[in-house]
Amino acid sequence: MYRRWLWPGFAFPGILWLVVLFVLPFYAVIGVAFGTVDPILFRPVPAWNPLEWNVGWVLEVLDRLKPGGTLFNVAMRTLVFIAISLVLCLLIGYPVAYYIARHAGRMKAVLLVLLILPLWISYLMRMLAWVNLLAADGYVNRFLTYTHVLSQPRDWLGGRPSTVILALVYGYIPYLILPLFASLDRIDRSHLEAARDLGASPLATFRTVTLPLSKAGVLGGAVLITLPMFGDYYTPDIVSQSPKTSMIGNQIDFYFHYGSQPTIGAAITIILAVFLTAFMAYYMWTIHRASREVGQE
Amino acid sequence: MTAVAERRPQQLSAWSRVRGWVRNPWGRPRFLVVFTWVYMVWALVPVLIAVQFSFNETRSRTVWSGFSTRWYWGDPVDSVWHDPTLRQAAIQSLKLAAADVVIAVPIGVLLAIGLARWRGWGSRPSNFLMLFPLVTPEIVMGVSLLLIFTEIFTFIGTGTDAQILGHVTFSISYVVIIVRGRLFSIGRQYEEAAADLGASPRVALTRVLMPLLTPAIVASAAVVFAISLDDFVISQWLSSGGDTDTVPIRIYNATRAAPLPSTNAIATIMMVFTLLSLVFAFMAWRVFTRDERRARRSQDLASVLDI
Repeated sequence: MYRRWLWPGFAFPGILWLVVLFVLPFYAVIGVAFGTVDPILFRPVPAWNPLEWNVGWVLEVLDRLKPGGTLFNVAMRTLVFIAISLVLCLLIGYPVAYYIARHAGRMKAVLLVLLILPLWISYLMRMLAWVNLLAADGYVNRFLTYTHVLSQPRDWLGGRPSTVILALVYGYIPYLILPLFASLDRIDRSHLEAARDLGASPLATFRTVTLPLSKAGVLGGAVLITLPMFGDYYTPDIVSQSPKTSMIGNQIDFYFHYGSQPTIGAAITIILAVFLTAFMAYYMWTIHRASREVGQE
Repeated sequence: MTAVAERRPQQLSAWSRVRGWVRNPWGRPRFLVVFTWVYMVWALVPVLIAVQFSFNETRSRTVWSGFSTRWYWGDPVDSVWHDPTLRQAAIQSLKLAAADVVIAVPIGVLLAIGLARWRGWGSRPSNFLMLFPLVTPEIVMGVSLLLIFTEIFTFIGTGTDAQILGHVTFSISYVVIIVRGRLFSIGRQYEEAAADLGASPRVALTRVLMPLLTPAIVASAAVVFAISLDDFVISQWLSSGGDTDTVPIRIYNATRAAPLPSTNAIATIMMVFTLLSLVFAFMAWRVFTRDERRARRSQDLASVLDI
């Protein structure tokens, strides 16, 4: 009896915590999104009983997300920003991870530390660094005017999509490079030697051996940075502050913090979470598989 | 034979290597070397420049005019030491991080041990549940925690208590992942040996398993401390303004107004705290596992010498 309940007993406080403060809060979002709004105080009236759910607000938000709706442009912009940032992250990250995994030699340890370092510098600190650099009289403008690339300083922080994409790439790329490095570092060198011995050119070896074997790292890393990017509102806020670059996360932030319409905010949150379920499921599967592999070793 | 000789670039002098690079910059790893170092500079130099301007003499964060510690303690109004809002933000950040470590580490360690040993009907869904906070976008967690504290647990409301509860919620999974990795790598043989020698489960746990888990526990405490200090989204959604704003929230607010170098100064201080806690974790891990590494080395040596 004692043995049987020992291990579940160990897990119990943690499970209880996650149920009360992780699962139950989701239900609170659902309750608010499917609730009604008090007509006088404009406060949300949550519906806790599923039989009383009012789908009106969620349908309303879905309607706004359709082409022509007020949220359509924001949703499209979010997708485009994330897609461009993701491609840039991969184009920059893959060669770096490849070099460190394959050719760094004695520098490998140093480069790995440098690679991990940005992960432990606060995201906000790294954004602050770019706000300083991109200011009207910042180093970037001074360098570009000094070299006559620009005739006068450019207002980088005044709502430019390119600045937001730069900030997103800068912010999230360290999270992508690490899984990429891990998957490239794991590739058995004998596979590459076999390919070369069988007459494949270096390029063909890369295309037929290295690239397919690093697919798990590419996909895992891509999902790892896509998920937080979909919920990001602070990056566009810090480097642009313009509604022209606002993303879906900014809309959620707006309806809660400025527009005080939590019902609509909750409805957008639910739709976003449902949209991201596939990504989340894939990512959880990769974590699960990785910890299994660790267990078998 | 010739192939071996060609594969030894270390033997070439530095000068002839540079000359070779200029002649053919597209040789196999050459482009990659340059690309990687350019990436490293791009990734780290902006932060170093931000640190540099925290020591600026004037109010500018963009024009360098000389070294001073004015923004740390010299300035009687706007320095980190004298500006009550900045000082309060630092205290709040450290308070949340400390409370997070104290609550999340014990819960996470117990959960990791429980999940690794428990083989019942509830263990699979529990494992699944534990992974969820790692993959949920922070804004979704922020919204859901805000709504539960304002709509259901209204006696908690927003503020420091809610922030601590929120930080613990996203920290538990990190503790579990770190401790579980260690549990897998030490295996069950030590506990079984203890049981064979007559130890009760409780003694096996406290006298055998816990000492073996110490490095992972210390490491997870440092990691939790660091991620709590760096957290922005959960702290902001559960903040009730004023005294409960943390350093990342101050930085966020400052970048949207007109930031002074004191913003850079407090960001630098927090960065030093984060990095120190991780260096501490790394050192602690090395110290605690020193005997194991030594044992493994002598085993390797024994196998080499065929003893």
